[in-house]
This record gives sequence, C-alpha cells and structure tokens, in this order.
Amino acid sequence: MRTVPYQTVVDAVAELCVRACYELPEDVESALKAAREREESPVARQIFDEILQNAKIARGGELPLCQDTGVAVFLVKLGDAVRVEGGLVTDAINDGMRRGYEQGYLRKSLVKDPLRRVNTKDNTPAMIHVELVAGDTITIAMAAKGGGSENMSMCRVLPPSAGVEGVKKFVVDWVDQAGGNPCPPIIVGVGIGGNFEKCAFLAKKAVFRHVGEPNPDPFYADLERELLDRVNALGVGPMGLGGTQTALAVHIETMPCHIASLPVAVNIQCHSARHKEVVL
Amino acid sequence: MTGDRDTSTGDRVIRLTTPLTDEATRDLRVGDRVLLSGVIYTARDAAHARLVAAIEKGEPLPFDVDGQVIYFVGPTPAREGYAIGSAGPTTAYRMDAYSPTLIVLGLRGMIGKGARAAAVREAMQKHGCVYFGATGGAGALISQRITAAEVIAFEDLGAEAVRKLTVDEFPVVVVHDAAGGDLYQDGRARWKKTAS
Repeated sequence: MRTVPYQTVVDAVAELCVRACYELPEDVESALKAAREREESPVARQIFDEILQNAKIARGGELPLCQDTGVAVFLVKLGDAVRVEGGLVTDAINDGMRRGYEQGYLRKSLVKDPLRRVNTKDNTPAMIHVELVAGDTITIAMAAKGGGSENMSMCRVLPPSAGVEGVKKFVVDWVDQAGGNPCPPIIVGVGIGGNFEKCAFLAKKAVFRHVGEPNPDPFYADLERELLDRVNALGVGPMGLGGTQTALAVHIETMPCHIASLPVAVNIQCHSARHKEVVL
Repeated sequence: MTGDRDTSTGDRVIRLTTPLTDEATRDLRVGDRVLLSGVIYTARDAAHARLVAAIEKGEPLPFDVDGQVIYFVGPTPAREGYAIGSAGPTTAYRMDAYSPTLIVLGLRGMIGKGARAAAVREAMQKHGCVYFGATGGAGALISQRITAAEVIAFEDLGAEAVRKLTVDEFPVVVVHDAAGGDLYQDGRARWKKTAS
C-alpha cells in the first residue's frame, strides 16, 4: 500500500485552486479563439476579444479571471492501493481549498445554510465526489464553478417514449431559455441515464471533459455535434447579445437506466471554464 | 454628452458622468456603447434585500439613489496596492424583485448581465431608467476601470457589501432602454437560423 502524506494533498489542492482561478486552460482558450474566427456578429467578436484580453490579464497572477471564483468542485479518483497518511482525503481537500482561496485572494461565496444565508468565510465546504479505482495514485480534478451558470441547470426524468428527439428538444429549449444568463459562449454538459441524482452528476462530469473532446461512442459523438449546431443556430451568442457562437461544445455522458425512465440533466459551464487536475 | 458613431459596429459610443440626468437616460437606445465615469454603487442579492427592507420600514439608505447607477457585483478581495479585485457583473434577474422599488426612488441605471423581468422594464420606462450590460466573466479586465472602492454599508456581507466605486470610462452597452428596447431580443432575432 502506497502512502501519500496529508500535507501533500493539502499543498496540491491549494495550488490547484489558485492556478485554476488565474489561468484559463489551454483547451478553453483555443476553443474561444476558434469560435471567435467563426463568429459572424461584429458585436459578438468584440466580446470574444474582451474575454481573451481578460484571460491575458488574469494570467499575470494579480486578478482572478472572474469575480465569481465559485463553489470548488472536486472529482477524485482514489486508487485502491494508496492511502492518505494523517487524515481523510476529503478533509485534506477542504483544508487545501480553504488555504488556496485565502492565499489567492479568491472570493468566498458559500453560505452555511441555504435559507439563513450566513457566509462560511472560507468557501467551505468543497463539493467532493470520490470514485474508487484500481491503482496506487490519487487523481484530483478541480473546477471553480460559478453561480451564474450553475443556476441555469435543469434535470428532468422523461418517459422512455420521449426518445432521442425528446432529449434534443429538452437540451436545446433549455439553452434557449437560459439565454445570456450563464455567460455564453458556454459548454453544455448533458447527463443522460442513471437515475435522478446520477444524471445530474453525469452532466457535471461532462463539463469537466476537455473542451471539444468527443464522446468515445460515435452515436453520442454525432449527437453532441448535432446539439452543438442546433444550440448555435439559436442566435443567443456571446453574453446573449446575438451571434452564431452560443456554445463552444456540447459534452454528453451516459449510463444505464431503469426501463421506466429516461433521466436527462443539463449543467452549463460559462466561458470562464476553470479546470485543473493533479495526479498524486 | 458626446455621441460619436462607432463605424465598426454601427452603434453610438457615448461618454456619461454620474449622476445621470433624465435627459441623458431617455436619450439612450439599445446597442449604444457607453463609457461611464464618476461614482457608482455596488449591491447584489443580500444588499438589495436589506435596502428594500430599509425603504419599507422608512429607514434611511446608505446612499441617495436619486440619479445613481447600481452595479450588480461581488468582487474578489483586493490585493495590496489595488483598488479592488476582479469585478465583473453578476446575473441580474436575481435583483428583479427589488429593482422597481429603487427605480421609483430615482435610480437611473443598473449594470449587470442577463435579461430583466417585465415588471422591472415597466418601471424603467415609466421613470426613465436604463439597464446596462457588461461582459460577464471579464472581471480582471473590468477592474482596471475602477480607480477607487470603499465599503459604505453592510460590511458583514463581505463580497456582497455596498461599495462606492469611482470609475473611469467603465465600458457598458445599453441592453434595455427607457423606451422599451431589448437588445437580447434584437440580437437573437438577427442571428437566429431556422432549422434546416
């Protein structure tokens, strides 16, 4: 059994949080540049220029990309032949996140109670999803997920008769309704299958994928392309001011489901798609 | 007020200084690019709830809203030597329940992102208020136009506290004007493609 010291996890997570909030990932930046070239609206092209200019300023390390440095979401792949020595991996992640958000001058956006709304002052708790896998490494993927785009999420359990057309309609109508609220150009995460809670998680997992990396199943890769074309035909455009580039990508994640159900969830990621990963 | 035509977009670029006059706000039209200078105030969800509660109780407000502009923002903490941290707009519909009350008291401008409710737009038309859009997520870029920031109320709300900001040519676009114009609807209609 391999061991990783608790403090190693804390240090790695603190650095993940800071870097994620200042450095727009390369895949996102290239997708934005490519979309800017495809964009037909001059107003929308100006917005793309502002977004790219903003990324350049943030990379200097003094100002975060966006003031909403979000809920810190972690997808952890914990090997069955590794253990964290000195404490729980989830505690180490919360400790690291707390330190990163303080040292990086990041905004603390969480409240202790959903109705009584008093800020936790340290951005805890992180939203942590741990998956047990074979091996002796710990992979930690982090996303700083902002509230504006997260609020434009939706989950529905359709009847199986709705089929692929029902899924397409649900996704496209929902992006249309979300309009400029989630800070387009967006990445549309779609979860299909599982049950009520699993499909929401699949949609979140889908926004963690590298931008534009297609689903390995050609059937779903085709569906992703079709949905992207249909979403971009809506005319919503960057910041909702009109344009041909509403989304940079549509990512679909699936899993088996009940004979009676067709769960579908949409989780929207804004253009400031702050993701970072570390393997320990 | 200057009103140059920007030849690259066909839209006007207008420089305005706060507080805004009725004449200035009534003249603005959707698509106009505006560079705002002077003092603006920040308030978002929790601060709006407190402002409106104070109005309902007849208590004084931390600033006189007449002619003023409210920016919906919750900035990141400022580093030493900086006036403010990253400071882009937050989604505006969450303030829809509160904005009409402030518009009645003379609020002349709001800065945010995303569309507003019908009740807000009706109040805007009746009283001559404008809703400006700023680019969401461009918080680092926008903060460079903010030269001073001071918390003036609700310090306990942290990022949500009310701040008095001094801005220099803060770039916004008119999204909903006082004549009922809607840039979201216009922009979408212009670029929407019918299914093949």
